[in-house]
Amino acid sequence: MMHETTVTDESAQASQGRKWRIRVERRLETPAWWNVLVPVVSVALALLFGAIFLKMSGYSPVKVYTIMFKDTFGTRYGITETLVKATPLLLSAVGVSIAFRMQLWNIGAEGQIYVGALAASWVALTFTGLPVYIMIPGMMIAAAFAGGLWAFLGSAPRAIWGVNEIITTLMLNYIAIFCVEYFVYGPWRDPMSFLFPLSPVFSKSAWLPCFGNTRIHAGLVFGIVAALAVGLLLSRTKWGYEIRVIGENPDAARYSGMSISRNIILVMLLSGAISGIAGMCEVSGIIHRLQAQVSAGYGYTAIIIAWLAKLHPIGIIIVSFLFGGLLVAGYSVQIYGIPADIATMLQGSLLFFVLGVEALARYRIRIIRSSPEPVQAQHTADDVARETT
Amino acid sequence: MPQKEENIIEMHRITKRFPGVLANENIDFSVSCGEIHALLGENGAGKSTLMNILSGLYKPDEGDIFVKGRRIQIGSPRHAIEAGIGMVHQHFRLVENFSVAENITLGMSTPRFRLDMTTIEDEVLALSKKYGLQLDPQAQIWQLSVGEQQRVEIVKMLYRGADVLILDEPTAVLTPQEARELFTTLDRMKETGRSIIFITHKLDEVMHVADRVTVLRGGRVAATVNKKDVTSRQLASLMVGKEHSTVLPDKDTLRSEPVLTLSDVTAYGDRGTMALDGVSLQVRAGEILGIAGVAGNGQRELTEAITGLRKAHSGTISLHGQDISNRTPLEIIDSGVSYVPEDRYGTGMAPNLSIVDNIILKSYRTRVMSKGPFIDYDAAKRQAKELVERFQVKTAGIHSAARLLSGGNAQKLLLGREISSDPKLLVASYPTRGLDIGAAEAIRSILINQRNRGVAILLISEDLDELIRLSDRIAIMFAGKIMGTLNRDEWNIEHIGLLMAGVLDVQDEEALT
Repeated sequence: MMHETTVTDESAQASQGRKWRIRVERRLETPAWWNVLVPVVSVALALLFGAIFLKMSGYSPVKVYTIMFKDTFGTRYGITETLVKATPLLLSAVGVSIAFRMQLWNIGAEGQIYVGALAASWVALTFTGLPVYIMIPGMMIAAAFAGGLWAFLGSAPRAIWGVNEIITTLMLNYIAIFCVEYFVYGPWRDPMSFLFPLSPVFSKSAWLPCFGNTRIHAGLVFGIVAALAVGLLLSRTKWGYEIRVIGENPDAARYSGMSISRNIILVMLLSGAISGIAGMCEVSGIIHRLQAQVSAGYGYTAIIIAWLAKLHPIGIIIVSFLFGGLLVAGYSVQIYGIPADIATMLQGSLLFFVLGVEALARYRIRIIRSSPEPVQAQHTADDVARETT
Repeated sequence: MPQKEENIIEMHRITKRFPGVLANENIDFSVSCGEIHALLGENGAGKSTLMNILSGLYKPDEGDIFVKGRRIQIGSPRHAIEAGIGMVHQHFRLVENFSVAENITLGMSTPRFRLDMTTIEDEVLALSKKYGLQLDPQAQIWQLSVGEQQRVEIVKMLYRGADVLILDEPTAVLTPQEARELFTTLDRMKETGRSIIFITHKLDEVMHVADRVTVLRGGRVAATVNKKDVTSRQLASLMVGKEHSTVLPDKDTLRSEPVLTLSDVTAYGDRGTMALDGVSLQVRAGEILGIAGVAGNGQRELTEAITGLRKAHSGTISLHGQDISNRTPLEIIDSGVSYVPEDRYGTGMAPNLSIVDNIILKSYRTRVMSKGPFIDYDAAKRQAKELVERFQVKTAGIHSAARLLSGGNAQKLLLGREISSDPKLLVASYPTRGLDIGAAEAIRSILINQRNRGVAILLISEDLDELIRLSDRIAIMFAGKIMGTLNRDEWNIEHIGLLMAGVLDVQDEEALT
């Protein structure tokens, strides 16, 4: 269904003498095929954009892209590594997406990953004798608790005083990273690590089980379960309904008796807890010890993923694998002397083009010729209704 | 067409249509040099539309505008100011973090390169002294009171060389003392030969400052008169029109029990001014209490205080004798209060969510609509379908987004949702505003129906016809106060009009004239 009528949002470039002007109009309804067109066109544009840079740096774009594709989706090792990299991305993207649904800009997934890893490591290093079926749930609970607490620290000022949560959650990331550094450089440093900032290796009971002989661990299952559970929460439950209403229209939420500050706290707790578990999965499933660098910016990439997937749980699963693949591809081209940053650049340009093409899905740009007369504001019946005579 | 020499502005046969509404019809309007011309009328009478045409925001569909005898086209506010016409809007257009002087030069094409702030500040200071508009050019906007911000807007227009100043309801945001200062300033400007167009609905202000008055009603000129030739009583009846025929809902409710009682309630508005000033009223079961008044006189704050969305500063609000003042919105909903808010898309709905999701906005917590932590979407769909059928809502389907509903259909659904909980009290703010006749009638008959079923209804409207047709009693609000409550047998339109304009009684009126 496509409406030809236009509403409000009209920015006009007009001045006397010029024979044309550009008009940006909002579409009332975006046609369904844009949902397919947007990702396809933006991926193509991002690849093209990357190709220009590769060409300028003296590489053959076709060759580089072929290598990237083959080494990620073309080999067994590539596929398993993609899944390994996708795991923390998936978990933390699910975490941030639920906050984004409520228009809470939780930029703190990175910090929540770190404190989650820290708390899980504390359990693993302190209660070494526990059997695996107590150890793993214990680590998970600790990580979820820590991640939730970290998000709470960011969201409580927002809920009470209206402090911008972007700033608080972002700042808390640095605190979390420095906390981890303190422990691995200080009290928890492994005496056998030759002064490297590493904790001792966890006992085997603190290792997440892997699939066969790959590095894919149970965290992948957690991620998929989390995505589906959050999807169910949002679409089917009373709480999810509140989150959607608050995200769409806080005034309507207040009007219908929902408590916004309570939901800010609860949603951030859940959001942080899921990212905290992402941190636990990294130390328990991959590294098997705590180190200064737990995450390679997964918490930030998660924001891009959540956004590209339009906060849709299934979309998040798909985009996470794509981005996991991009990370692996970045490592694989390094062997050929091509900087791994090509992958991050592609990530960035992908977001850039998606946002750009998305704007076209919501707005249409028209170039209007002639009509030298200055532009009038568009009127609707509401103008009259709103008139405060 | 011959132009009178002394008229600085002449508007001839101005017509402006909006989709579905004729906002201005064949309006003739003129302003002479050095006069204060009041533009009087109810909400929606077309005052702001006419002035928005003069200040270049709207383009008239028909009609001509002459400034100083020359016919001109005013295509934008910039054109207007070039022609010497400056408008001070009700909502100020100032940059909070800029200084007074910076705001005044903002958007001007001169000086082109170097901004010499000290010179500008001196000029601003000189201007403000000349007209008695006290201002500190270096102060930042956020530090200023609302009255001071208004002075900035006025000086801004004077600085740009406005000969004709349009003030849109300038006293709405002012304290009485600030208003008096403003009137002194206007007199000074008049002495220097500038003309002022003063949009208002307050009769006492008209009688106080204006030289001539043009009364608009329903988009047409009701009359243009010299102030000294009229009384405020005459102006009031010009403003609201003739006596309306009444359609009596068939029920005697005067002796039924009170449902909602407000006693001496005060509350602050968004800008920290006293928006409700000792309001006392009562709504009984099975009656419609209409609130008449020009929008912005405390109606919004009244509904918000009742529904728990705004804090009542003092006084009590009780429902069936139980104190509900300053309870949470949820507690008040649960005690049986339904609310049709003024802004139906902005407050009453989540426009991007589906119709089904909007239908359960108030009921999703109830046993009927949920199973444990889950929402029972089968029950929700059933109710959505039922409401759509019962109120003949035209939709593309119950899963389509609520924003795609037309105003009338959205309002029917909203009202349907609000009455489906069998409320004891229904608060309805401007329920028919902006709707076409058919939809408005449908809404009205739902309201009457609810009244006859014994629901207490508080109806806020700016349509006097509607209030007179539907209400059992009418309370008139002005400046946050209830000016009076009239029963069906004792009201007449002129009396309501006077009270709406803040004139308490005939003695007051004589004191003014």
